[in-house]
Amino acid sequence: MNSLILHTATRLLIGVMVLFSLFLFFRGHDEPGGGFIGGLVGAGAFTLYAIAFGTEAARRVLRIHPITLIAYGLLALVISGIIPMFTADPFLTGKWLFIEWGGVEAKLSTPLIFDIGVYLCVVGFIVAVIFALEEEKVPGLSNRSSNK
Amino acid sequence: MLINLLLIFGIALLAPWIYNLFKERAGWVLALLPLGSFIYLLTWLPHIASGGTVTQSTTWVSMAYFNVDLSFYLDGLSLMFGLIITGIGTFIVLYGGGYLGGSTYLPRFYSAILLFMGSMLGVVLADNLISIFVFWELTSFTSFLLIGFSHEQENSRKAALQALLVTGIGGLALLAGLVLMGFASGHWEVSTLLNEGDIIRNHGLYLPILLLVLAGAFTKSAQFPFHFWLPGAMAAPTPVSAYLHSATMVKAGVYLLARMHPVLGFTETWMILVGGFGLATLLISAWLSLSFTDLKQILAYSTVMALGTMMMLIGLGTELAMKGLAVYIFSHAMYKGALFMVAGAVDHEAGTRDVLKLGGLRSLMPISMVAAALAAISMAGIPPMFGFIAKEIVYEAALGASAWPVVFISLAVLANIAIVAASAIVVLRPFFGQPVETPKKAHEAPLSMWIGPAVLAGMSVIFGILPFLIDKTLMLPAASGVWGEPMDFYLSLWHGINLPLILSVATLAGGVIVYRFWDPLRESAAMKAYQGGFADLPRIGYEKLVDGMLALAGWQTRVLQNGLMSNYLTTILVAALVGIGYTFLSRSGIVMTPTFEEVRVFEWALFIAVLTSLGIMLAFGHSRLTMIVGAGIVGFSLALIYLMHGAADLAMTQILVETLTVILVALVLIHVPKLTESRSAASRTKDGVIAVSAGLLMTLLIFAATAAPFDAFISEFYAEASYPMAHGRNIVNVILVDFRALDTMGEVVVVAIAGLAVYALVKMTRHGASKKA
Repeated sequence: MNSLILHTATRLLIGVMVLFSLFLFFRGHDEPGGGFIGGLVGAGAFTLYAIAFGTEAARRVLRIHPITLIAYGLLALVISGIIPMFTADPFLTGKWLFIEWGGVEAKLSTPLIFDIGVYLCVVGFIVAVIFALEEEKVPGLSNRSSNK
Repeated sequence: MLINLLLIFGIALLAPWIYNLFKERAGWVLALLPLGSFIYLLTWLPHIASGGTVTQSTTWVSMAYFNVDLSFYLDGLSLMFGLIITGIGTFIVLYGGGYLGGSTYLPRFYSAILLFMGSMLGVVLADNLISIFVFWELTSFTSFLLIGFSHEQENSRKAALQALLVTGIGGLALLAGLVLMGFASGHWEVSTLLNEGDIIRNHGLYLPILLLVLAGAFTKSAQFPFHFWLPGAMAAPTPVSAYLHSATMVKAGVYLLARMHPVLGFTETWMILVGGFGLATLLISAWLSLSFTDLKQILAYSTVMALGTMMMLIGLGTELAMKGLAVYIFSHAMYKGALFMVAGAVDHEAGTRDVLKLGGLRSLMPISMVAAALAAISMAGIPPMFGFIAKEIVYEAALGASAWPVVFISLAVLANIAIVAASAIVVLRPFFGQPVETPKKAHEAPLSMWIGPAVLAGMSVIFGILPFLIDKTLMLPAASGVWGEPMDFYLSLWHGINLPLILSVATLAGGVIVYRFWDPLRESAAMKAYQGGFADLPRIGYEKLVDGMLALAGWQTRVLQNGLMSNYLTTILVAALVGIGYTFLSRSGIVMTPTFEEVRVFEWALFIAVLTSLGIMLAFGHSRLTMIVGAGIVGFSLALIYLMHGAADLAMTQILVETLTVILVALVLIHVPKLTESRSAASRTKDGVIAVSAGLLMTLLIFAATAAPFDAFISEFYAEASYPMAHGRNIVNVILVDFRALDTMGEVVVVAIAGLAVYALVKMTRHGASKKA
């Protein structure tokens, strides 16, 4: 869409939105947030970018094909499930590793990997559908054809 | 054993990277994996040979009333299968590297074939009924990938789908059978079930269990009338046919019935069904193999014949038959694997597999010729090969049948005459006689492609001459595993002159005569009719069935999903109204005790806002955009209600989803024609009635639900356990990623599949859906 306001605002906003989505993602285990919500915000960021600059530009910024993101997400889910099996625990048992470094305690865990998988799948799903629909412009019906 | 399997699956997934590391040598590197598993299994041989068994168990899914364990059971039977799978697997990985060398899909082949090997090994090693089924389905799935390997070709895709549908439907039947078996006996481990056969046999559900398990085994092992998928699956590259369709996967059904023999066998029904279908299959397919000129088709039908023989032996259920089964399976794996690989090498080097277009290759491909000749002699059952010992015992077992031994033996001899002729065809035609101009200038296959057939054919000779090398160590434990109790026997090449030997000589003489007259026989009208009736008819039946199903699906789609959204909604809402409404009114009845005291002022305000927006939407909704805005207000109001009740996560999700939905719908709206108000008053009234009744039903349901006393047990458990057990304070997130992660996983998979489907649909219309299915 050719709007100076939208372009400028998007440039400023996309970074904040991606950061915000990561923030929501990481705090999700203790505060409202998590992979699903974080993924929705992240997908929102790329959707906004696609609306402002066109899907081609948004694809370049995303670098990875959204369908590939879904695949990696599913892989993360499976990996998080298989890890505990190496210690003879059932599939998807939560495994935790607490690392203290400079007074800050980091919690690494298989549920975290699981949540990363959820995040990637959600982002991949929404972005894939929105990009596909955006690109699906039928000449004549569309009034926004500036991105080609 | 679990580690071994996980290693196979892990390396299978890494195979493309390993390929990039080693390029054309990757086959030799990756072959170390099956070789390693083979050696690992071999280390158990002394223990198994001395009558021991091994069980290992890891909890996989644990539930309050029911566990699924990844448990493994190694006895003589599973060890023999395991050795066949990993041993031939080693050669297949090597062979595949040579056969598909230069193909861009070679890395994919390595992945798929190793995944298949892991699944197949899982089937024979698994102890738990559910995990057997899981591995069983994995073999169907990976074989689908392998049969459809040349996915640019339509017949490959069709063959892959056909194999998947036939074995998949059988797989579902098997699942039902295994679950019934588990609940009927209370045992889920094969190792314990083996001693509880009487419980199952005397159970009222014995017949359904048996029929369901047989449906699974017969489809997998291509028994008549499901045999058509196996020759169809020859569309796969030859390494796949050699591995899946001769040595391993098709024997999964045989393995299953052999494994279940002590549990389900020893009854008259078993003998009639398993023995009868086996006998029919072996006779029909043996002669079908003579109606083709394609090497792989001939071998495919001879494989179906071998599978029929194995089924017949299992059906006979005598001690002698069990001995014959073990020996026959082992000898078949060796000669048929070798023959398939040679057939592929001939195809690869000479450019055709049609025996009529081949001849005189013996000087050009000497090693392949020797390997093929030895393997074919073993298949024909001629001394001193291992195949001779196997056929002698099969004859002996058929003669010892508890009922109609004459029928069994005469049909077996009749079938074996055809197999002798087929053995002669696959060797004499391509390698001997006058040299023929072949599409490609033939030369010897590379080392990676002849080493497998050479070693396997060599083993047929060695074990034939020196059977004592394996009779007590491998054959005896395997046969005992099927019999259910320890047995004792030894193998030898020479039994003296007895009835089986005389029958063997007669078989051989018959086979030579049939071979002599093969050309006129193949071209005869009788043979054509035979092929039409038994090879084509079941396949055509299958195709008609699939076409019928597609037509039915097309019809019901046209009726239910005619492209009008309002029709979909009507269908869904009416179905829900009738189904839920009937159950609700008949089971619970209307409860009218809503309490409004706790409702706060702003909740009323929200309620009114929602109602007004709905009203505006209904009254002035002449454009789709207005309607979406109205729906948006409802959504955002809902988010506010969530927030007021402290469900922050839910509210955030609702707001985000609502926002993205508006964008999505706006994008779709571009393509949708403007709303035209052409509906009659009657149709609007109908819609109004449905909408109001649906809303009313929902309200009544909520009244009823809130009237029931609230059980806080579950939510309290999560609130208390969340931090101590899962180190998280956000209960919603902890439930999603930890407590109920399996549910989430299922939902995410649904999201992923929906994403793929939407993407495919949108992209399909873009590139012009000219090639619609």
